[in-house]
Amino acid sequence: MAESMQLCNISDNNFEQCTKCSICTTVCPVAAVTTDYPGPKQAGPDGERYRLKDPAYYDKMLKLCLNCKRCEVACPSGVHIADIIQQARMTAGQGKRASLRDTMLANTDLLGTMANLVAPIANAALGLKPTKLVMDSMMAIDKHRTFPAYSRTKFETWYKRHAASGQEAMPHHVSYFHGCYVNYNFPKLGQDLVKLMNAVGYGVHLLDKEQCCGVALIANGLYKQAKRQGTVNATSIRRSVKEQRRTVLTTSSSCTFNLRDEYPAILDIDTSDVRDSIMLATRFIYNLVDEEEIKLIFKQDYKRRIAYHTACHMQRMGWQIYSIEMLRMIPGLDLVELEQECCGISGTYGFKKENYERSQAIGSTLFKSIEEAKVEAVATDCETCKWQIEMSTGLPVENPISILADALDVEATRRANGLK
Amino acid sequence: MVTSDIYNKEYDVIIIGGGATGAGTARDCALRGLSVLLVERNDYSTGATGRNHGLMHSGARYAVTDSESASECISENMILRRIARHCVEETDGLFITLPEDDLQYQQTFVEACQRAGIRADVIDPAEARRIEPAVNPELIGAVRIPDASIDPFRLTVANLLDARMHGAETLNYHEVEGLIINQNRVEGVKLFNKHDGSHVEVRGRVVVNASGIWGQRIAQMAGVKISMFPARGALLIFGHRVNNMVINRCRKPANADILVPDDTVCVIGTTSDRIPIETVDDMRVTREEVDILLKEGVKIAPSLATTRIIRAYAGVRPLVASDDDPSGRSISRGIVCLDHAQRDGLEGFITITGGKMMTYRLMGEIATNAVCAKLGNTAPCVTASQPLPGSEDDAPNQSDLTKRYSFGQRAAIGRHGSLAARIEKENDIDNALVCECEGVTVGEIKYAVHQLHVHNLVNLRRRTRVGMGTCQGKLCSCRAASLMGEFNHDVKRAQEDLASFLDERWKGMRPVAWGDTLRESQLTATIYEGLCGLDMAVNLEGKEDAQ
Repeated sequence: MAESMQLCNISDNNFEQCTKCSICTTVCPVAAVTTDYPGPKQAGPDGERYRLKDPAYYDKMLKLCLNCKRCEVACPSGVHIADIIQQARMTAGQGKRASLRDTMLANTDLLGTMANLVAPIANAALGLKPTKLVMDSMMAIDKHRTFPAYSRTKFETWYKRHAASGQEAMPHHVSYFHGCYVNYNFPKLGQDLVKLMNAVGYGVHLLDKEQCCGVALIANGLYKQAKRQGTVNATSIRRSVKEQRRTVLTTSSSCTFNLRDEYPAILDIDTSDVRDSIMLATRFIYNLVDEEEIKLIFKQDYKRRIAYHTACHMQRMGWQIYSIEMLRMIPGLDLVELEQECCGISGTYGFKKENYERSQAIGSTLFKSIEEAKVEAVATDCETCKWQIEMSTGLPVENPISILADALDVEATRRANGLK
Repeated sequence: MVTSDIYNKEYDVIIIGGGATGAGTARDCALRGLSVLLVERNDYSTGATGRNHGLMHSGARYAVTDSESASECISENMILRRIARHCVEETDGLFITLPEDDLQYQQTFVEACQRAGIRADVIDPAEARRIEPAVNPELIGAVRIPDASIDPFRLTVANLLDARMHGAETLNYHEVEGLIINQNRVEGVKLFNKHDGSHVEVRGRVVVNASGIWGQRIAQMAGVKISMFPARGALLIFGHRVNNMVINRCRKPANADILVPDDTVCVIGTTSDRIPIETVDDMRVTREEVDILLKEGVKIAPSLATTRIIRAYAGVRPLVASDDDPSGRSISRGIVCLDHAQRDGLEGFITITGGKMMTYRLMGEIATNAVCAKLGNTAPCVTASQPLPGSEDDAPNQSDLTKRYSFGQRAAIGRHGSLAARIEKENDIDNALVCECEGVTVGEIKYAVHQLHVHNLVNLRRRTRVGMGTCQGKLCSCRAASLMGEFNHDVKRAQEDLASFLDERWKGMRPVAWGDTLRESQLTATIYEGLCGLDMAVNLEGKEDAQ
């Protein structure tokens, strides 16, 4: 009888399903480089039992977790190990104020808006040695790091001026959650997406209101603000999906993962009704090609050797296959698939002075394998991986969407898809 | 002192039984300046002391039916909060009334508590749900009382440590085979040393029988008759805490009506069955007992239905028969101290029994008073005011700990109180975790093995919680066995110990082996048998049991 009453054990984040096999600890990039971090099993399900007894058993070393989710990918029992750790950090951090540095790093949105106004000055200043030294000593932002350059024109501004008017005429429509990086630092990626989608007959639209997805806010303990912004985004996404019948495309793996999975798991924002309609553009396009809804024609003279790096959150979603297969469709592209390893940056983590060395140690095997691959560029779906790999290997890093847009024969593609 | 020197001394008092009562009596006797030997046939706290709820009763449970026990409980409860701080967690408790219970009883209950001097505050069911979210939300009444959670293993060890600091000798794995009797006077004990198989005699002026349910057998050796009333109770351990307060049913005591948060787990119990005295060593838990416990347990906290059960265990209450109540519950838990000189004309022999783990200190005081009366010792009892080792006033507080210590070190301070200062933590190896579920470090294992009378992994578990977490020894047992092998310079013995420890763990899992507990044990079996061939390397007696 007792057995039939206990058909399933239910615990927050499945922590009770842990059989202590320790596979998670073997794949943890942090545990691999430092003994200060107890590893995901200990920090997650083991520690949770003690924290249930008394929250004072919180281990401050949990701050070393990258939230890369590699533990969750490896877990054979479906335990949401990283979520347990994030929630423990959230509980422990309640009532504490984030430092100026963490607030600054987390507020990509605010910082971007201000920097756009004075982009040339900001870029020059942020690149100057004295500025870097001041940030290093005053704010504990490591001096080795360079902030990504700010663009003079926001993506949203470009879109309204140059793209918006042409979108309604397209036969099909999607929305685009561009994220802070595209908006403030690198509008070209957004432009590439518009170019690609327009070539196959899809109009690209901005959401009613988009705010920073909040991935950096969560990582830096600013949960209230993250929840506020997340609620705004969820409302906009819901309107796009439910009313306008538009799938919401993204070009950043971390934004995507945050919108789909961290909103409900960490911020308690229910997005289950629209989750399946939030997806990375490569996955959306792959499915269209696969179902023969669209055709892509690539340039005949395109020739490059590129390595693909799977970002951690990309791996958590299991979607690297779409980006890889899309790149493989380009006839002139010689693609090297790298081992799935963490690059060590983990958003704002690697920017912090106290994490710099650990961050580089975590990424070292990846950097070595990139070097050995003898490629001219690296492709990845995550902007922070891009900064880390560019800084650590000197090679340019591009989003697969940009590579696809670059290799695309736009005219031929338009014709193949019946567009004039 | 080497063992042979221990045998050759003559003691003021020899105490039989290494449970809480024996340990408490040894401490009291030693503090009053007597020379003391305590002997235990197995490990310390293997009997009823280590096989109960770990509940520090407020006495409320007995208030209606047994006011004397209730008064004893609340008085000892307040004493233990002071002297055994590191063994006690001040959780407070609830007595809840469910729709199926009679709310009238609450009134009777609260009045009885007040008569016994137990604080009993009637609170709103909504307030009860707020302070203890795990409680059955359908409750119609709640009373808050000063119940708490206590660790009987630590409590016993702390008493033994203090006794030893005051000159007492203690021997585990020494079984009493007979008493030395000379003309109506007990003059000592005949012992069988289970470690080396030797037989010895040790002399003492007074022998105290503090051996719980096994006291009837000891009394028989002295030719006196005590009728014990063995009442067996089974309990279930859940993988983590669902509740942070003790939850009781507010009704006449019945099956599975108390849920206690103990350390990292919670425990529901107990059943109550009268059993023949011959079967008191059979601690296997039956399917029927598991069914009753879970069925009743979910009425207290519905989430138990979906929480992993990691173990089942049973214990036997050492009640002295006084009436013919078949349930064993209306009987008094009252303390029984028999001076066999007065009762049976046998000098130098005292039996202390009945009572509860909760009242062990008082039992020790009563027994020591009887011993002192015989020996003409007039020293006063100080056990109610002097803190146990580990619970001294200078024990560090939690917020201080968070800043200064690692997780494993804090877990050790939680277990050993101020004695954790004796644990080595200077290097990475000492701070490395052996048991990851319970946060036991190499340093803590060293301390336990060298200072807390540890001969095997089961002993080690009782001193440290190694192997008591959800994996039930999967990861820690081989590490701990390896350390033991290193300390004892005996690999073969460590290997056998490992096999028998895993076997012991499996016995407790077997009655609840389904779902995740079954998956867990399958993985353990695959690692130790499939990969390491432990079953082939070591031939365990009763191996068929472990399959």
